[in-house]
Amino acid sequence: MSEKKLMKGNEALAEGAVRAGCRFFAGYPITPQNEVPEYMSWRLPEVGGAFIQAESEVAAINMIYGAAATGTRCLTSSSSPGVSLKQEGISYCAGSDIPLLIANVVRGGPGLGNIAGSQGDYWQATRGGGHGDYRVFVMAPYSVSEMANFPHKCYETAFKYRLPSMILADGILGQMMEPVEFIHPEIDPKSLEEPEWAIGVNKGRAKHIINSLDLREGMLEKMILERAKRYRELEGAEVLYEEKLLNDAEIALVAYGTSARVATAAVKAAREKGIKAGLFRPITLWPYPKARLAELASRIKKFLAVEMNLGQMVDDVRLAVNGRAEVYLYSRPGGSVITAEEVTAAIENIVKNGAREYAALK
Amino acid sequence: MQLLNKNPESLTDKLMHYCPGCGHGIIHRVIAEVMDELKIRNRTICVVPVGCAVFADKYFNCDAIQGPHGRGPAQATGIKRVKPDAIVFSYQGDGDLASIGMAEIVHAAIRSENITVIFVNNAIYGMTGGQMAPTTLIGQKATTCPAGRTAKQAGYPIKMCELLATIEGAAYLERTTVHTAPNVLKTKAAIKKAFQNQLDCKGFSMVEVLSMCPTNWGTPLDNPSEATRYINDAMMKVFPVGVHKDAKQQ
Repeated sequence: MSEKKLMKGNEALAEGAVRAGCRFFAGYPITPQNEVPEYMSWRLPEVGGAFIQAESEVAAINMIYGAAATGTRCLTSSSSPGVSLKQEGISYCAGSDIPLLIANVVRGGPGLGNIAGSQGDYWQATRGGGHGDYRVFVMAPYSVSEMANFPHKCYETAFKYRLPSMILADGILGQMMEPVEFIHPEIDPKSLEEPEWAIGVNKGRAKHIINSLDLREGMLEKMILERAKRYRELEGAEVLYEEKLLNDAEIALVAYGTSARVATAAVKAAREKGIKAGLFRPITLWPYPKARLAELASRIKKFLAVEMNLGQMVDDVRLAVNGRAEVYLYSRPGGSVITAEEVTAAIENIVKNGAREYAALK
Repeated sequence: MQLLNKNPESLTDKLMHYCPGCGHGIIHRVIAEVMDELKIRNRTICVVPVGCAVFADKYFNCDAIQGPHGRGPAQATGIKRVKPDAIVFSYQGDGDLASIGMAEIVHAAIRSENITVIFVNNAIYGMTGGQMAPTTLIGQKATTCPAGRTAKQAGYPIKMCELLATIEGAAYLERTTVHTAPNVLKTKAAIKKAFQNQLDCKGFSMVEVLSMCPTNWGTPLDNPSEATRYINDAMMKVFPVGVHKDAKQQ
């Protein structure tokens, strides 16, 4: 169980999904996530699962839509432009309450952008991305170990509340190598009970229909409100975050994923300079840990969002803090990596110089 | 007393929404009879399209899944790969299969996916109110080509059986029609074979069924048989019926 392996982030994610019971993968090649389909192409047949290199991102999401409708734990992975193409399917899966896992190893955008790690898809991941009112359970790993262990939580949550789940990583996390420990017991899907809604071979039960359509007056509203009830339960029970050095903090950095690694170093550097900085790391991006941030805002009066984009998650910080503290942003878009020195300088500027606005865009 | 006929068990008794003279009801009935005869109802999954047959999940008495426009063959692929004992069929219209879903159907055939596809070709978009389909005939009027389709402006009607016949993975392709009783029986035989092929793991099978759409063809209400005549006089000339590929016979 506790053996440690040196793994690449993308491979750790793939192996973590298999250990969490994934038995079907469909995907389309795109950099920087190609190790996921490559790994699955030999790993899934080993455990009696199925792998398909789909003809398109659109086909891939619909293949796992069909397979997941049978109650099978499924995965598709891609990177930003590919995830845009999957949005139609994600909306349908949300609309027909299908639990599945989508991994987005985010690259620079918009358009074809570049292949560097980025956090430009935060809004797409947490605001829906596709059409209609729906939510996706989104987890943001910040280490290769978390890449490996988050599929477990995604499947558990997706099946419990019946919604799509997503791992929002980035090209850096996908490509880097770190020691990995798989902390969850391996799941044999045969030991899992078939969901009561699944389609498949049956021995005379009433037929099951997987559908997102209801044209009857008021019935779609009823369907969505029933789903919203599950969303509220999920929001109450499944929020995850990590706090570092916040007890005496005068300024709290808020960052997820790769940015949180940089922010950790910046917090340490700021402390060495005598500034009481701390880190708040959201682990679930939806649901966002807004209640805890609101609590913190009663005693911490400065928050600095650190992101690899034009400033997206900072909106959620502002909404959570709701005017009770000052909210600043340090960010760089386009797949450029923020350095700890830049963030430390931003902290110093805010704390010492009382900067009212800080958005350093190169 | 002798029971001469009854509704197939594989059809529900839900009243269908199809227009008078439409071919979908006939095709549903024929599929349901085949499911009964092959005794596969409890393990059949119908993949429902976007289009006139979007409510087919209510009519077939088996498990069903409805998804995005044209993506049925991808969904069917996913289901079949994880549940190989299930009998999976994708029911699609011409816009769904031959326009927005062209990539999915072609690649399902390329992979020789062991699924059955029922392709209903009525040369028009029915559910949205009569727009031009990829199979609309040259000269045929539609709401988006009110003067009739011209090759210059919109190209030519696509012949799916002929197109897919070039693909090595396609096991069985037949075009039939439901405009006369003998042809309904031929359609049933073709559909039965397409399902039997799946039971025998022969790979991708598709039956293209030419079907009437009196509502959107502008067929006079007092003479609905004109729609069946249109199939005979116009559609069958462009879309010849018959077996276009049968890998077993090669």
